[in-house]
Amino acid sequence: MIFDAANTHAFLEAFRFIADNPGFLAHKALEQLELSGAALGIGAGVALPVGVVLGHFHRGSTLAIGASILGRALPIVVLIAFFLTVLGFGFVNNMCALAVLATGPILTNAYDGVDGVDRDVVEAARGMGMSRFQTLARVELPLAVPLLFTGIRIAAVTVVATAPVAAIAGGGGLGDVIVNQAGYELKGVLGASYCVMALSAGVWAALLALQKAMTPRALRSNRRPSGL
Amino acid sequence: MTAAGPVIPNFGKASACITDNRAFCWGWVRAHWHDTLEPHLIQHVELTFVAVAIGFALAFVLALLSHRFRRLDQPVAIVAGLIYTIPSLAAFLVVLPIFGISYTTIEVPLTGYSLVLLYPNITAGLRAAPADVLEAAHGMGLTRIQTLWRVELPLAVPAIIGGLRIAAVSTVSIGTIAAIVGGKGLGEPIFIALGAPHPFRTEIYAAGGLVVVLALSLDLVLVVTRRMLVPWTRA
Repeated sequence: MIFDAANTHAFLEAFRFIADNPGFLAHKALEQLELSGAALGIGAGVALPVGVVLGHFHRGSTLAIGASILGRALPIVVLIAFFLTVLGFGFVNNMCALAVLATGPILTNAYDGVDGVDRDVVEAARGMGMSRFQTLARVELPLAVPLLFTGIRIAAVTVVATAPVAAIAGGGGLGDVIVNQAGYELKGVLGASYCVMALSAGVWAALLALQKAMTPRALRSNRRPSGL
Repeated sequence: MTAAGPVIPNFGKASACITDNRAFCWGWVRAHWHDTLEPHLIQHVELTFVAVAIGFALAFVLALLSHRFRRLDQPVAIVAGLIYTIPSLAAFLVVLPIFGISYTTIEVPLTGYSLVLLYPNITAGLRAAPADVLEAAHGMGLTRIQTLWRVELPLAVPAIIGGLRIAAVSTVSIGTIAAIVGGKGLGEPIFIALGAPHPFRTEIYAAGGLVVVLALSLDLVLVVTRRMLVPWTRA
C-alpha cells in the first residue's frame, strides 16, 4: 500500500483523467453516496430517537457526551477492520462501520438540542394542557431543529469524507480508484481524490443551505449554524 | 543438524491460537509488543504531538489576528470549514507528490486538520469575555495587549482546552490513515493484518485497541489539565 512519489505534473494530468472518464467517476461517486446514505440513515435512525428521548427526560448526559468523545476516538480504519473480522468484506461491513461514525455527532446534538430547550417554555406548554408527547412534538422538537440538523450535517460530511477508506475492505466508490494506484496510476488516484473533495464540499454546502431553509424563521437570527 | 535432506524453511512455531486465527491471542501480543506494537505506538504519539503543537501555534496566531481584525473571522471560519471537509485519504495522497514519502507528507494534512479544529474554539474562547469585564479592564487602565494577556486569554482557557481535546483525539484517529503514505503509526499493523488473505484478528484488535486507548488517555490528560488550570469551571 505504498505509493511512489511523482512529479507535480500529475496534478494537472489528474484533471485530464477526470475529463476523460466522467461517466466512470460519476458512477463511483454514486456508489459512494449510496454507501454514505445507507450508513447515515442507520446512524440517524438509532441516534436521533435515543438523543431526543434522553434530552426530553434530561437524563444520561454522560452517555451523550461519551458518545461524542467515543465517536471521535474510534478511527474508521479500526472500525472497518473490526467489522471486517465479524462481517467479512463488502457493503454491510462498511455500512456498519460508517454508521457507528455517524451516531456520535447526531446523538450528542440531538440530546443538547432537546435538553437545552427553555424549561419555562416547556412548563408553559404543559400548563396549556399539552400532553408530554404534544410538548415534545410541537414545542421541544421545533426548537431543537437547528441543533438536530447540525448533528446530521456534521455526521453526513464526516461519513461522505470518510467513505473512501472503505475501499480497503471492498467498499466500492471513489476509494476503489484512490487505493488502486497500480490500476489507475497517480493521475487517476489524484483525479479521484479531487472528486472526493468536491463531493464532500458539495454535501457540506448543500446541507448548510438546507439547514438555513429548514430552520423555523423565528430561530434564524439568534442561532447561527456553526462553521464546522 | 545433518546436511542431507531438503531445506525446509522454518517460520517458527505459531501457536494453535494464531494459526486458527482465534478472536485474541495474548501470546502474539507478548511476542510482538517490542517489534511491532511499541514502535508504532511511539510513532503515533510523535505524529500526534507534532501535528497538534504546530496546528495550535498556527491556529492561535490566526485567532489573535481575527480577534483584532474582526472582518477576517467569517472568511477564515468558512475556509476552515471547507478544509475540514477534505477527506483524509485524499488529503494524504494529494500532498504525496509534493513531498514524497516522508514525514512532511504525513504531518501537513494532520497539522491542517488540527488547525481547523482548534481555530473556532480559540476564537470562541477569546470572545467569551463579558462586555462589563472588558470595560472594567479598560477602566483600570489596562492597554489592549494587557487586556488580552490578563483578562481575555485566562477566560479563554476552558474553550481552548476543549478545542485541544477535539484536535488531539481527531489527530490520533486520522493518524491511522497516515500509514498508507509511509507506514508510520498504528495504522500500519492494521493495514498489514487486513492485507492478509484471512485478516489476522489479534493484530487488528491489539493495534486498534491501542489507538482508542491512546485517544482516550490524551483526552483524559487534557481534562485533568483543565481541572488544574481553571478549577472553578465545570467540565
